[in-house]
Amino acid sequence: MEKSVVFNNKLLPYLLLVPQLIITVVFFYWPASQALLQSFKREDAFGLNTEFVGLENYQSLFADPSYYKSMLTTIVFSSLVAALSLSIALLFATQADKNLKAAGAYKTLMIWPYAVAPAVAGVLWIFMFHPSLGTLARPLRWMNFDWNPLLNGNHAMTLVVMAAVWKQISYNFLFFLAGLQSIPKSVLEAGAIDGAGPMRRFWTITFPLLSPTTFFLLVVNVVYVFFDTFGIIDAVTGGGPAGATTTMVYKVFADGRLGGDLGGSAAQSVVLMVIVIALTAIQFRYVERKVQY
Amino acid sequence: MVEHRPLNDIIAYAILTLGVFIVAFPVYLALIASTHDAATVVGGSMPLSPGDHMLDNYYRAVFIGGARASRVPVGQMLMNSFISATGIALGKIFISILSAYAVVYFRFPFRKTAFWIIFVTLMLPVEVRIYPTYKVVADLHMLDTYAGLIMPLIASATGTLLFRQFFMTIPEELLEASRIDGAGPFRFFWDTLLPLSVTTIAALFVIQFIYGWNQYLWPLLITTQDSMQTIVTGIKKMLYTTDELAEWQLAMATAILAMLPPVAVVVFMQRLFVRGLVETEK
Repeated sequence: MEKSVVFNNKLLPYLLLVPQLIITVVFFYWPASQALLQSFKREDAFGLNTEFVGLENYQSLFADPSYYKSMLTTIVFSSLVAALSLSIALLFATQADKNLKAAGAYKTLMIWPYAVAPAVAGVLWIFMFHPSLGTLARPLRWMNFDWNPLLNGNHAMTLVVMAAVWKQISYNFLFFLAGLQSIPKSVLEAGAIDGAGPMRRFWTITFPLLSPTTFFLLVVNVVYVFFDTFGIIDAVTGGGPAGATTTMVYKVFADGRLGGDLGGSAAQSVVLMVIVIALTAIQFRYVERKVQY
Repeated sequence: MVEHRPLNDIIAYAILTLGVFIVAFPVYLALIASTHDAATVVGGSMPLSPGDHMLDNYYRAVFIGGARASRVPVGQMLMNSFISATGIALGKIFISILSAYAVVYFRFPFRKTAFWIIFVTLMLPVEVRIYPTYKVVADLHMLDTYAGLIMPLIASATGTLLFRQFFMTIPEELLEASRIDGAGPFRFFWDTLLPLSVTTIAALFVIQFIYGWNQYLWPLLITTQDSMQTIVTGIKKMLYTTDELAEWQLAMATAILAMLPPVAVVVFMQRLFVRGLVETEK
């Protein structure tokens, strides 16, 4: 769709575009191209010399077992967070969609965690489950369960997943509720007349009609887990223990800062960019076909 | 709904109340912790009811800061967060409403190119190009400045797309009428387009303010002086001190203060918030 009536100034549109283009070029294209360039170079420890090393950074990256470990961590982390936060949010949204009198109040009470910063969410959860002072760690100790997210990798992952899910439920809830409310009631009534019970109606009518929302949320959630959970991980575990919660984004940060290996970190950034673009493309290309509209 | 069973409603209320409880509990606990003294919190047997150190803790956090190490008071961090979040929101609105105006209401060579240059930035968040961006900002001498906190985060396409979409829905007759009245591009923008866009601007402001307030990785990297850090990055530094005991009660008071502004925005401007959220994701 294009406007047919427009202004014909020659210079003005460029002037209007200048602020955004300058900022985009300086803070987006320039750094992104630097990342690409740097991934083919190696810098010595003092930053005095850089030499062109071709694909060496990538070769050492893919020869590094800890890189595969961070990939696996990312996959486990994102599938758990996406699956849990989507299903819990869907459960709450279906309940709130039942024409309850207090539905509006429940909605307000459910959506505010969206505004909590991931790093703050992380701090709240580590406080709750801190092995020595956490309020919820106490009952675990009484049950003789040796809970320690600071030392045990699986416990750390569980805690990070819980914090990430807690933060994401509100967002998914909001979109699921909107999706549910846009489903025409007549379709559900028709199902009921045909003798379908509530569960049957949900799985054969509501759930398929909701699939565009679910699909959209799936994409958003994966992107969320990739990038926005950085603050949670940094606050709760700092990537540990022993790298058990180091996701790919966290590794880019940790290797560049703590290790000072900028070439390797840049190579990781480039791999990450490719993965994100591919993920988006694949999801839109293949998942969308199975989705009913 | 189709059939109405009271039992059904009771189950729904029960599930939702449980949900609200789960969602609220971590924050409740933080609130409680911020009202006790250090020994009670660290002791591992903190009660679930408020203590009597609330004023003391918040006063110390806001005006004095943690005792250990040389930390800045949280009041300073709150101000840094306010400045950068507002700057990010206003900056994004400013650059994107202008560029959307150019793309929708003018025809010029390279119009499509300009649009795509901006559009591509949607794909890659700042996290993946973090060190090169850091280097650019360092070269521009913007470390530890508000400009450095703000500018790299406004380089994104969401605002432009949102305004473009909104401008497309404005009837063409409005422009025709303005032009018959002799209005040029400035008058049309100022007298017609801007007043019509108020709700969209407000919705975008709400979303971007929250986005800016909650930034973590970027402020963490580019602020080296404690006096420039934002509240979200400051909390963690309170907890991971090099000396033995972290002051959890102060950290929790800070966490509550860090949550308050964005949560208030969501609760009190819920309609704008929902609208902004839904429209920026389209």
